[in-house]
Amino acid sequence: MSADTAAVTASLPAADEDLAVQTAAGLGMMSCHHCGTVWQEVREHEPCERCGTALHQRKPDSIRRSWAFLIAACIMYIPANLMPVMITKTLLGVQEDTIMSGVIYFWVSGAWELAAIIFIASFLVPLFKLASLILLTWTAQKRSRWRRLERAKLYRLVEIIGRWSMLDVFVVSLLAGLVQIDGFARITAGFGVLAFASVVVLTMLAALSFDPRLSWDSGDDAIDKNQNTNQNKRNESTR
Amino acid sequence: MSDENAPPSAPPPALPPLPEPRLSRKRDWLPSLIWLIPIVAAVVGLTLVVKILVERGPSITITFRTAEGLEAGKTKVKYKDVDIGLVQTITLSKDRSHVLANVQLSKEAESFTAADTRFWVVRPRVAASGVSGLGTLLSGAYIGADAGTSKDKKNEFAGLEVQPIVKIDASGKQYMLHATDIGSLDIGSPVYFRRIKVGQLAAFDLDADGKGVTLRIFIDAPYDKFIGVNTRFWHASGFDMQINASGFKLRTQSLAAVVLGGIAFQSPDDELGMTAKENTTFNLAADQETALKEPDGPSETVVMYFNQSLRGLTPGTTVDFRGVVLGEVKSIGLEYDPKRREFNMPVAVQIYPERLGRKYADDGQQSSYTAKQRLQYMVSRGLRAQLRTGNLLTGQLYIALDFFPKAPPVAVDTSTTIIELPTIPNSLDEIQSQIAEIAKKLSKVPFDQIAADLQKTLGTLNRTLLNAEQLTKSLNNDVAPEITAAMKDVRTTLDNANRTLSDNAPLQQDIRQTLQELTRSAASVRVLTDYLERHPEALIRGKQEGNK
Repeated sequence: MSADTAAVTASLPAADEDLAVQTAAGLGMMSCHHCGTVWQEVREHEPCERCGTALHQRKPDSIRRSWAFLIAACIMYIPANLMPVMITKTLLGVQEDTIMSGVIYFWVSGAWELAAIIFIASFLVPLFKLASLILLTWTAQKRSRWRRLERAKLYRLVEIIGRWSMLDVFVVSLLAGLVQIDGFARITAGFGVLAFASVVVLTMLAALSFDPRLSWDSGDDAIDKNQNTNQNKRNESTR
Repeated sequence: MSDENAPPSAPPPALPPLPEPRLSRKRDWLPSLIWLIPIVAAVVGLTLVVKILVERGPSITITFRTAEGLEAGKTKVKYKDVDIGLVQTITLSKDRSHVLANVQLSKEAESFTAADTRFWVVRPRVAASGVSGLGTLLSGAYIGADAGTSKDKKNEFAGLEVQPIVKIDASGKQYMLHATDIGSLDIGSPVYFRRIKVGQLAAFDLDADGKGVTLRIFIDAPYDKFIGVNTRFWHASGFDMQINASGFKLRTQSLAAVVLGGIAFQSPDDELGMTAKENTTFNLAADQETALKEPDGPSETVVMYFNQSLRGLTPGTTVDFRGVVLGEVKSIGLEYDPKRREFNMPVAVQIYPERLGRKYADDGQQSSYTAKQRLQYMVSRGLRAQLRTGNLLTGQLYIALDFFPKAPPVAVDTSTTIIELPTIPNSLDEIQSQIAEIAKKLSKVPFDQIAADLQKTLGTLNRTLLNAEQLTKSLNNDVAPEITAAMKDVRTTLDNANRTLSDNAPLQQDIRQTLQELTRSAASVRVLTDYLERHPEALIRGKQEGNK
């Protein structure tokens, strides 16, 4: 976000499509991610003279990294919902609970509020995060100009709610730590919790590696050109 | 780099001398390294899928009459308390007559698809023989399995409603028992040998014709050697009470058998014979006595016509020969004889001739005569049937066969298929007629006259007694004092005699002195005679001094 400060006029409200904005990238400048110093005529990966951080116009490999994390998260989302999250061994026998079976149990037993909370926090939120990140990454990759403002809001929302998805993991790990009465009841975490936690972590990583500025880069010919030239230069220099 | 020199607006806040670009090491491996994360995730996911697929055994369907206690996704299939599968779904069959439980077996339980594998639901069961499946009270019912050995595989099984008594891997032998009814037996009823529990009743079923039941018993391994071809089985249920001439007899098995019922077996005289093969069929007798008695052999039906009331005679009544039971009454009928215009009462009797002893049977086999001819011969010797009273209180009758040499001869009709045995009237009937005659004679006795005479006699007697009384009185008054005086005299006489004979009486002393004198005289005489013997000449010459 520090790059936004470099864009002097860009911080105006209601950034309309037609509104002429100036961005650091549009001016061919780069700001240091760490200390915010703006540099002109520098290349990617060059260290900031001030603090030594590698300079990037945008987060490096943002789209690719996001995709990698998202795909991994999608894969893990399946066992997270199918595998048992909590294994309860009591005198009455062994009970393996998946997330959905817990929701169904609470719903059937009348605790609708609890069922709703678990359903939203453990099922809908990760799903929503996955879907929105996929949407954001895809549109950013396609350089789409479609509803850029809403997409920005969506990104902020994803960042905020991301941490709340760990609720389930906390509950299970707490119970597994507390309920260890030998012979009567034992609660152990199933593989599902691991998968679920990895989904949450992977989506958080995906959100972290996603550069929201990418969605605003689209349609800005100057930046496009600039990026292209930068890219070309990089390619040349590699050669 | 060269193009970017002239954006006039927005100058950078601090424009340092442009640094020389330094070529940093290209790090192209990092972006490709990021793809390791989804690859790892995919590998983990694939491993899970492969694991599930590999561990997944065959899927089978078990039908049950009811799904009580079963729960899809929860109910387990267990063998020796090891989980081998899980009920996936429970559905109703199309005709709604039973439920279909779809079970996913685990990989190692593939052998449970053998065609003779049995499945049943283990629920808590409280029966007289004990409590089982208590653990399922808390954990819920589960499906028990008994692995089959057949090589044929199948996917659809009919679940048993009750746990099978005999597991396939149990060692022992099964035998079949035939009985007329099941009594108080049930599946799981114990089988006793010398009151030790050696097996159980595994199954029972009605015979196809409905005329009996077939029981299947299982004898545990070390005890099956006690079952030989001669072994007899009997119901050991409840009490066997007998009251007969020898007293009261009560026979029971253990208390458990009394309550639950059971089967006991033993061989007569402990001679097993050859060891019985598996699935040998035996008869199950009602009690020990019937089981252990000699087999009856073939029976013969004999009909008898009694010319008297048959009240007290029922089918099943014994027919005995001098006290030995030979058979029993099968039926009692009533038929009209149009020729003689009479009612006949045919009594069909079943007789076991072998009960007459082995020699009789052997004789029958060797002789050239037919059974009818032999019977005819017996009848000519006086064999007759007779109705006798068995119980005076209830008036029950029984049929006795015996020889009555004085009975009038009867011709036996040998043309009919069923042998007819002639009868003779009951001895009680004869007594009855005799009593009637006696009563008739008694009625002729002139009791009135006898009474009058008796009264007269009594009057005379009374007078006589009065005279006697008077006589006694006179005796008391006159004779008694005389007798007293006489007695006094007798006593004085006796006193005198006593005095005379006492020790210190003078008479006694005189006698004693006389006797002493006599003794002395006798001694002198003896000396004299001795001397004379030695010196007989002394009689003539006199006593010589020198010889003395």
